[in-house]
Amino acid sequence: MTPLIAEGTRATAEAASGTLQTGAWLLVGLPLLGAAVLLLGGRRTNAWGHWLAVALSWASFVWGALLFLDLRGLDAEQRVRNLHLFDWVPAGDKATGFNVSAGLQLDPLSVAFVLLVTFVGSLILVYSVAYMEHDPDRRRFFAYLNLFVASMLLLVLADNYLLLYVGWEGVGLASYLLIGFWNHNPAYAAASKKAFIANRVGDLGLSIAIMLMFAGFGTVSFAEVLPNADKASEGLLTAIGLMLLLGACGKSAQFPLQSWLGDAMAGPTPVSALIHAATMVTAGVYLVVRSGPIFEGAPTAQLVVVIVGAVTLVFGAVVGCAKDDIKKALAASTMSQIGYMMLAAGLGPIGYYFAIFHLLTHGFFKAGMFLGAGSVMHGMNDSVDMRRFGGLSTAMVTTYATFGLGWLAILGIPPFSGFWSKDGIIETAFATGEGWRPWVFGLTAMLGAAVTAFYMSRLFFMTFRGRKRWPEEAHPHESPALMTVPMIVLSVGSAALGFLLWSGSRFEHWLEPVTGGGVEGEPVIPKYVLMAITVALVLGGAFFAWSRYGSAAATVPQEAPRGSVLTRAARRDLYQDDVNEALLMRPGQYLTRSLVFVDNRGVDGVVRGVAAGIGGIAGRLRRWQTGFVRSYATSMLAGVLVVALGILAVRV
Amino acid sequence: MTPLVSAAPSLADVLTAAGTIPAPKVDYFAVSPLLVVFAAAIVGVMVEAFVPRESRFRVQVGVAVLGLVAGAALVGAVAVDGRVLQTAGSAGAAVGGIVGAVVVDKPALFLQGSILVLSLLSVLTMAERTVESGGPFTPQASAVPGSPAESLARRAGLVQSEVFPLLMFSVGGMMLFPAANDLLTMFIALEVFSLPLYLMCGLARRRRLLSQEASLKYFLLGAFSSAFFLYGTALLYGFAGSVRLFDIAQAISGDSGPVGKDPLLLLGIALLAVGLLFKVGAAPFHIWTPDVYQGAPTPVTGFMAACTKIAAFGALLRVSYVALPGARWDWTPALWGVAILTMVVGAVIAIVQTDVKRMLAYSSIAHAGFILTGILAYSRSGVSSVLFYLLAYGFSTVGAFALVTLVRDAGDGDAVGGEATHLSQWAGLGRRSPLLAGLFTLFLLAFAGIPLTSGFIGKYAVFSAAVAGGGWVLALVGVLASAVAAFFYLRVVVLMYFSEPSGPTTVVATPGVPVVVAVSVAAFATLLLGVFPTVVLDLTQGASAFLP
Repeated sequence: MTPLIAEGTRATAEAASGTLQTGAWLLVGLPLLGAAVLLLGGRRTNAWGHWLAVALSWASFVWGALLFLDLRGLDAEQRVRNLHLFDWVPAGDKATGFNVSAGLQLDPLSVAFVLLVTFVGSLILVYSVAYMEHDPDRRRFFAYLNLFVASMLLLVLADNYLLLYVGWEGVGLASYLLIGFWNHNPAYAAASKKAFIANRVGDLGLSIAIMLMFAGFGTVSFAEVLPNADKASEGLLTAIGLMLLLGACGKSAQFPLQSWLGDAMAGPTPVSALIHAATMVTAGVYLVVRSGPIFEGAPTAQLVVVIVGAVTLVFGAVVGCAKDDIKKALAASTMSQIGYMMLAAGLGPIGYYFAIFHLLTHGFFKAGMFLGAGSVMHGMNDSVDMRRFGGLSTAMVTTYATFGLGWLAILGIPPFSGFWSKDGIIETAFATGEGWRPWVFGLTAMLGAAVTAFYMSRLFFMTFRGRKRWPEEAHPHESPALMTVPMIVLSVGSAALGFLLWSGSRFEHWLEPVTGGGVEGEPVIPKYVLMAITVALVLGGAFFAWSRYGSAAATVPQEAPRGSVLTRAARRDLYQDDVNEALLMRPGQYLTRSLVFVDNRGVDGVVRGVAAGIGGIAGRLRRWQTGFVRSYATSMLAGVLVVALGILAVRV
Repeated sequence: MTPLVSAAPSLADVLTAAGTIPAPKVDYFAVSPLLVVFAAAIVGVMVEAFVPRESRFRVQVGVAVLGLVAGAALVGAVAVDGRVLQTAGSAGAAVGGIVGAVVVDKPALFLQGSILVLSLLSVLTMAERTVESGGPFTPQASAVPGSPAESLARRAGLVQSEVFPLLMFSVGGMMLFPAANDLLTMFIALEVFSLPLYLMCGLARRRRLLSQEASLKYFLLGAFSSAFFLYGTALLYGFAGSVRLFDIAQAISGDSGPVGKDPLLLLGIALLAVGLLFKVGAAPFHIWTPDVYQGAPTPVTGFMAACTKIAAFGALLRVSYVALPGARWDWTPALWGVAILTMVVGAVIAIVQTDVKRMLAYSSIAHAGFILTGILAYSRSGVSSVLFYLLAYGFSTVGAFALVTLVRDAGDGDAVGGEATHLSQWAGLGRRSPLLAGLFTLFLLAFAGIPLTSGFIGKYAVFSAAVAGGGWVLALVGVLASAVAAFFYLRVVVLMYFSEPSGPTTVVATPGVPVVVAVSVAAFATLLLGVFPTVVLDLTQGASAFLP
């Protein structure tokens, strides 16, 4: 494919045509139908409900794949299609009122997401059939997963911010329901609430952004806001951008709203794989990339995006080094990897491409590793403590192999997937901006890669290599085929997807109608030198981990040693919960307590006083009602006199 | 204003043209709703005389329903037929000594229609015989309470059916009242609808002494207020030389107006206003309301609260917008005082009531105050808001009182006891009868003016009209009084849902079809007017101009 779009311009939307495009609502509709059937059908659907969910999810994928081929057959500038569904909010007249129509935007970006969500999602659904086999609530689980898939597809397919918001809330709801799926455990229920509340903070930002958009542009649709973004003032764009970023931070667990992701691992492992690794948490990146024109008009907001990304990627990496819980370590790594994407999304059009590219490859290798972790847990009686694993490579060969491919991918070893996308981000970070920026962000990204190599290798070696540290009763075994096949498929993606998309700049050109395309700048350090340094650092990090956890000589204590100050801090997520408690929870509690006090003593006092006063007056007035007609007549006569005198008095 | 039974020219004309009484010029089509309702009333009297006892009740209900439906249909036909209104307008412009006694203009038609619809619902509640085989009325009103004659009548299974012709006469008078174009016709209408009401108040099946006391009180005080009305009419005649509303307006505003007769005018307005304010139940002339509302048979209370209010406010609107606009600066201050007092008294005293009927009576007083603020706006939007409020309030009131009839003391065996009107008996009703409690809550919320009910739109309309008319003080007092009122409405809701039931002494009777229909219509209308108010607001805005 050759670029057919002039550089820096984006394609304008055309009306959808053809059955594939006009029926695109089925993408959302099919999984939603599944959720409805499973939730409303009750126990009757217990026997076959999960297969229905799987089938509908695959059907969505097939439709999405056909749609992809359909769009691919078009010229680049015609690949942005708009499907009008119905007039949603018809308030006021066309010009000045608040009018929103519900519609879908079919373009390279949204279709890429559709493929990721439906493909990875369907694989994970298949995996879940086996993983959740003995759970009494399996039907509910699949209903929620289908609800999630539908909401996520709505999120990425919406053609305006308000409809996007519906999907945004939908995935938030599904995430909440699934984190707390085993809500009989109070800790898990608390984790789901924590996720919910942290997400609400972000959602508030998104909703304010939408309101600002309406106030500034008079509309919230992509087609009307984004092309006109350059006409708006920088102040407005900065405000909208920062609020969008706040929303993205909440959903994607970026600093400073990152605290929920670790606890979200309370959900069943397939949920962690699909929602909290591959798809939902990347919605923030999607939002920033989709809103590219707004950020391009607001350099300050763009810089903040980069800073947030950089801070989060370091944060996640540091936390990941200290975690002994395999899922929490993976969660920290997810946070860190999304930090990379966010950093890239703040770097302009070429950054968008790398952000989405990394998002796709990450979706595969991280989902694969989570499924691998699930498989390990499956074989180890649901234990998650890596200090009690070790040497599992012999007991679970398939899991070991597939996990290994994911590990190589996330490390960024050529030619595995992660290399192509992550190296691109590091290069772009070194190539964008002037003065201190390329150095700071580039070096951060590069060092982050080294730390990533260390903690992911630590995770990998602690789990699969070294000495066996299993408890007596563990009998590790390979998982059934329903679980291993999705892992194998994902590991193939982990290995090959990156090169496939990178070669011939295929994916870059595919995204150009949306991102506008851009030229890769020249890094401050020559490209190949950069690549060599990065790979060297990665290998160094991995070797360091090997020497400590993987080699035959390494000993891993079953109880965590006390560790250095930094280790202890990282184990506690760098005190993020303590900071939140000190800065938000305690003041909030004091505030509510003092408000309750004021309400009890002040407001209620006044109210009760007034009420008592009125009651007293009423008690006295009531005596007026003696029951005697004669006194009634007298009071009427008095009233007549008062009224008559009153009227006469006005004249005088 | 042609559609008029316009006989009697002014008294002066009659006196000068002694002997030659001009034939009344009547537009029969325009007054046909009135004629039909009165005819139904007279047929009802005949039925009472000639139809055998067993089928009398059913025939009476049928006649009443037919009369009301036909009347409503004719009101609709007259309203749709623009010709009548056209003629009325042009004739009004060419006042040539012909005196119109009745004017059928758009406000009058809207009010008549409202009265007819609400009367129809009231008839349905009065025809209830499922809860008690004898219905809510005493079998023989003439029997002394507690006497052998009474128990004889009860054992003979007599059924009260005279109440229906009485009701029809009353409805006819109510329809005439806001359409009367001179003060004498208005007075006659006042008496025509009041006298049957006095009787109906005394017809309760249970607690007959209380009912008869209410009837007597209402009669005495009503007569007292009628005297004021008549006295006011006389004084205004002395001022203007005519009882026609238009002539009075002319006399007030015209340069040729009488000089030095201001005391006549002002006192006349004051006394006339007293007569009307008595009927709407405005403070300090409200004092009869709680006793009468409590003592009267509950379906009659619902009817009075809804329809009397409409008729009386209609007449008040006509007098103040047609006859007295020229003198408004003289009388509005006093009416302001009345409105404020009414809102405050109604809302405040209702708080300490322990009887649900008395509470609703005080609530109706407070609502009278709210409606007065709309009248005092002195604008078309004021008229429109009052018309809307009256209809909305009427629906909720009829519905609420109909529900009151269903909450009963537990009687002996299967028979239900009397109405359980003490609020403590309503505790925990939400658990025992969620449907009844839910509907009653709906009506209470409408009274309180909570959004999505008709009450909210009504209050919003009158208060915004008041503010636009410079009456922000009225609106402010109104909002504060509404807040106080909300307290006692919500207290009942809390009582029904969050209190422990008072024990098995209270039962909820299962009503027959008529009451079910009436309550359903009332509840539906309360919601409809709250959610889609424009349907009726368009009507009231179109019907907000009085013809002289």
